[in-house]
This record gives sequence, C-alpha cells and structure tokens, in this order.
Amino acid sequence: MPTNEQLKATQHVLDVPYLARLARLEITAEEIEIFGPQLGRILDHVEQINKLDISGIEPTAHAITVFDVIRGDEVTESLPKGIILANAPHNANGLFVVPKVLD
Amino acid sequence: MSSFTPFQSIASTRRLLRSKEISPVELIEGLEQRIAAVDPSIGAYIERDLENAKKEALNADLSKPLGGIPIGIKDAITVKGQPCQSASRILDGFTAPYDSTAVARLRAAGGIPFGRMNMDEFAMGSSTENSAFHPTRNPWSLDRIPGGSSGGSAAAVAAGTALATLGSDTGGSIRQPAALCGCVGLKPTYGRVSRYGLIAFASSLDQIGPLTSNVEDSGILLNALAGKDPHDSTSLELPDEDFTAEIGRDLKGLRIGIPREYFVDGMEAGVRTSVDAAVKQLVSLGAEPVEISLPHTEYAVAVYYIIATAEASANLARFDGVRYGRRSAEAKDLLSLYEKTRAEGFGREVKRRIILGTYVLSSGYYDAYYLRAQKVRTLIRRDFDHAFTKVDAIVSPTSPETAFRLGEKTDDPLKMYLADIFTIATNLAGICGMSLPCGFSERDGVQLPVGLQLLGRPFGESRLLRIGHAYEQSTDWHKCRPAIV
Repeated sequence: MPTNEQLKATQHVLDVPYLARLARLEITAEEIEIFGPQLGRILDHVEQINKLDISGIEPTAHAITVFDVIRGDEVTESLPKGIILANAPHNANGLFVVPKVLD
Repeated sequence: MSSFTPFQSIASTRRLLRSKEISPVELIEGLEQRIAAVDPSIGAYIERDLENAKKEALNADLSKPLGGIPIGIKDAITVKGQPCQSASRILDGFTAPYDSTAVARLRAAGGIPFGRMNMDEFAMGSSTENSAFHPTRNPWSLDRIPGGSSGGSAAAVAAGTALATLGSDTGGSIRQPAALCGCVGLKPTYGRVSRYGLIAFASSLDQIGPLTSNVEDSGILLNALAGKDPHDSTSLELPDEDFTAEIGRDLKGLRIGIPREYFVDGMEAGVRTSVDAAVKQLVSLGAEPVEISLPHTEYAVAVYYIIATAEASANLARFDGVRYGRRSAEAKDLLSLYEKTRAEGFGREVKRRIILGTYVLSSGYYDAYYLRAQKVRTLIRRDFDHAFTKVDAIVSPTSPETAFRLGEKTDDPLKMYLADIFTIATNLAGICGMSLPCGFSERDGVQLPVGLQLLGRPFGESRLLRIGHAYEQSTDWHKCRPAIV
C-alpha cells in the first residue's frame, strides 16, 4: 500500500484540456483542477511497470487465445429500423437528425 | 406463510414450484413484497417491472432448470423492452431493443429477469457510489458500501431481496461486492459466457457471472449462461458441461496454492485471520496446501488501469448523443453536440477514466503505457500458467479489507483502485474465480463479512465450485444473515 507521502507527490503533469478535447468531452475549470493531480498520482503508481525488463515479451491483447472467427456469408434478420430509431434523441424520415454540418 | 422465503436456494425454490406449493406468480408477488419492505433501506434495485414479470411467470415452464425463477439483472446487461443504462445519465431514455445472450439463455432455461440492479456507472468503481441513480447500502451495516461495481446485485442477494442475480466482472466487480456483502459470486473464464448485450467497459476483461446465496446456485446459473454465441466472437465453443457435476465430491488429492504475494502487510487483521482459518479448513477437508508465488502481482493494478481505461475510452466513444440516450439541449453544432452531451451524461469517474485512457493511447505515449502494459499482462498470465502446473486452485482473500464507509474513498481514486488489488490479476489472466463467505472481521466495532477467493485455471469452473461447495458445507458462514432480515 502506498504511504500518504507517496499519494501526495506527483511527477506527472497532464494536459487535461487537450486530452478532453481529443475525447470529445467538454470539461469545467473545476474538473481540470481536480483531475490533473488525481491522474498524476495514478500515473505515478502506474510508473512501476517501467521497473520490469520486458525485452522479448510478446504483448497480450486477449488472455485466452482467440482465432479469427468467420461466420457463414448469409443474410440474417436485422433489428427493425423503427425500433432502433425509437432510441434516437432526434429522428425524422427514417434517419438520425444532427445539427447542420454543411452550410 | 409468504410465498417467498428469503435466502431459499434455487434448488429448493424449484421443488416448491414443481410440487405446486407455490405458483410462479405467487413467488414473484412474494418477492416484490419483500423488496418493497426491505429495499428502501438498501437501494439495490434501480427499477423493476412487476407486471411484465408476472405475465412471464404465468407462462413459466416448470420442467426447465430455472423454470419460474426470478433473477435480478445488473443494469449493464440488456433485457428486451426494458430500460438499460449502466447506471449512467448518458443512457437516459434508452430501451433495450434486444435481449443480451445471457438473458436469452436464462429465459431459455425458464428463468424470469426481474429488476435492474444498481451498479457503478459503466461498471467503473468498487463501491457502487458512482451510480447516477443512488448509492446502495451494505445490508450488514447501512452506512457502508456494498462493494462494486455489481453492488446492487450483491446487496440484494445478501439482503434476501433476490434469489440470485447477474453481475459483470472486469477487475473484481462480481467477487469484491460478493465478499463485502457475504454472498457467493462467480467470474467465469473469459470466453465462457457471451458478452453480447453487456454494455462494454473493457472488452478484453469483461465477463458476466452469477451472484447467489450458495455455491450450488452459482453452478446452476452457469449451466444456463455458458456457451458459444455467434454474436460474440470471443465466446468459445467448448464441450457441454454440467458445472454442478463435481459438487459433493471431497477434496482429497486436490492441491491448493497459497500465493505469498496475496498475504501481505496492510491487510485488515480480521480478514487475515478468517482466510488463514479457511485455508486450515480446506486442508482438514483433504486438500493439500502448496506455497506458491505469483511474482508480478504488484504490477496488476498498474497494468489494469492502463488497459481497462484504454479500452473504455474507445468503447465509450459510441455515446455521442446521436443514436441513443441523451442529447445536450445546448448543442450548436456537431462538435459541441458530442462534447456537451458527454459532459452532461458522464459522471466524474467515467470522465477520469476516459481521459486517462485517451492519454495512454495517445501518440507518443502508446508504447510507454499501453504496449508496455500488454507485455506485463503476458508476465501476469504466465505467473498463473506456471502456478496451475502445480496446483488445482489458488486461495486468497477476495479483498484486503471489509466494507468501508460511504464517502470514505470517493475523493481518492487511487485508494479506491487499490481496493481491487487481489481480484484484478484474474481478469488480466482471463482465468475463473469466485468469492464465498469465510467469516467476519470486526471493523469500527461492527462485524462485517469476509470473502474467500478461489481462482481456477481457464475453464476450471467445475473444480472451483466443488472446492467452494465442500468448504461452504463444512462451515455455517453462508447461513449468517444481516440484522436487517
């Protein structure tokens, strides 16, 4: 378990507004102030993986080996359009409606 | 006599239904009365649709293994025609257009999905305090958390307000709440149960599993849930198996591994005492203890919070205010529609993890974090591969501590993450694990449940259930009830 000392100090400074923009997430000044140090401390903890020698080690994406799975090329039933559109916040004429993207 | 008896096993409920001592409709009505009386002080349920469940109960086929048995469903798992939000505001107004495969399989076995169980938003959390709806309280001490993220699923089973529930486990989200609430929780091997219809958090780690009041019931539910599904290419084609078949056999000749990295300083004293006693009990039942080492355990939390947040940042990109759920009323153009919708819809922990996941995947950091974490994941997996050449199962505490107080860790995400220190490696390695009650620990003058974790090799659920059942039947811990009952 980390000590309080370790929890306080952080070497990592994240550009939170930039990352939030990449993630398409509007963020408040208050959140920037809170997240910065919190994420910094998490990254300090994460840093310990650099202690390990990983040369020659293959990465694991899935723990249980998965092989390509190909299904038969057959047309199967899809969910009805009306049911899908019913969940949309705004739809018209069988389409999802979004703000204008072209002038 | 009420038609619903709290804490009754699925097997005995099935007997009552088949002998027509109670009808499926009476069972649901009795359960609803019980929920209405007890749940207001617990908050395990988000919502339930009694009328619909009663309709299904009318047509229940009692010849099936789960015929007429109501099962609570974590809010991350879709039930056709019912709202499903992963306890997030961003899915306000969403109605599931199809059954998840897990729910479809429960139905095929005669089960009746009943109730949306509370959880941490998008399964991100260890306390259920991150629910956008309301916190859930631990039935053993109402000012404490039930664990998480499947906190509602665990609290309902522990309070006797559900016979059994489904949860999902990405880093301990079935086992840790089961431990903290004093019930049984089983995380199947990755690929055992289809994830189709489970709202994705971290796709290489997520797995659906049961929470029950006894070990055998978890086997009965896994029998219904397991199997290859064409809708989930990571679900595996395996021979049919009755997961209850080994239950009742003794433990002679089985070797149980005691990993020294899981018995560390800083653990709550009462947890240590209870787990030590449980190991002795397993030995007295015939199991042979073997000291083992899982040397990369200390890196598991770090690896997890890189991989899980990376996957989450990609998975949660789909919540954009266009196709489902809420949309910000403030949006002026497409970009602000995305940004404002996500700002309004996601809670703080979800935002934190999206930002962290975006960071570790971003250009210049990918190799240092994500790729490196995937390589350390290989080392963690090898630790288990190596251990399972020597032992049949690994025994440890499920959590280093018992239930903490509401609000105790909400300001310190890292502290909250470290609550999962004993459960996280399981998901990284893809193996199966379960938690079952093994005693009580006194914390701040209150007696709180302790969970024993059993880990098994990939697809070794039957063996785990056998060990868990033998232990359970030789103790009375699973018969202890919270005072709220």
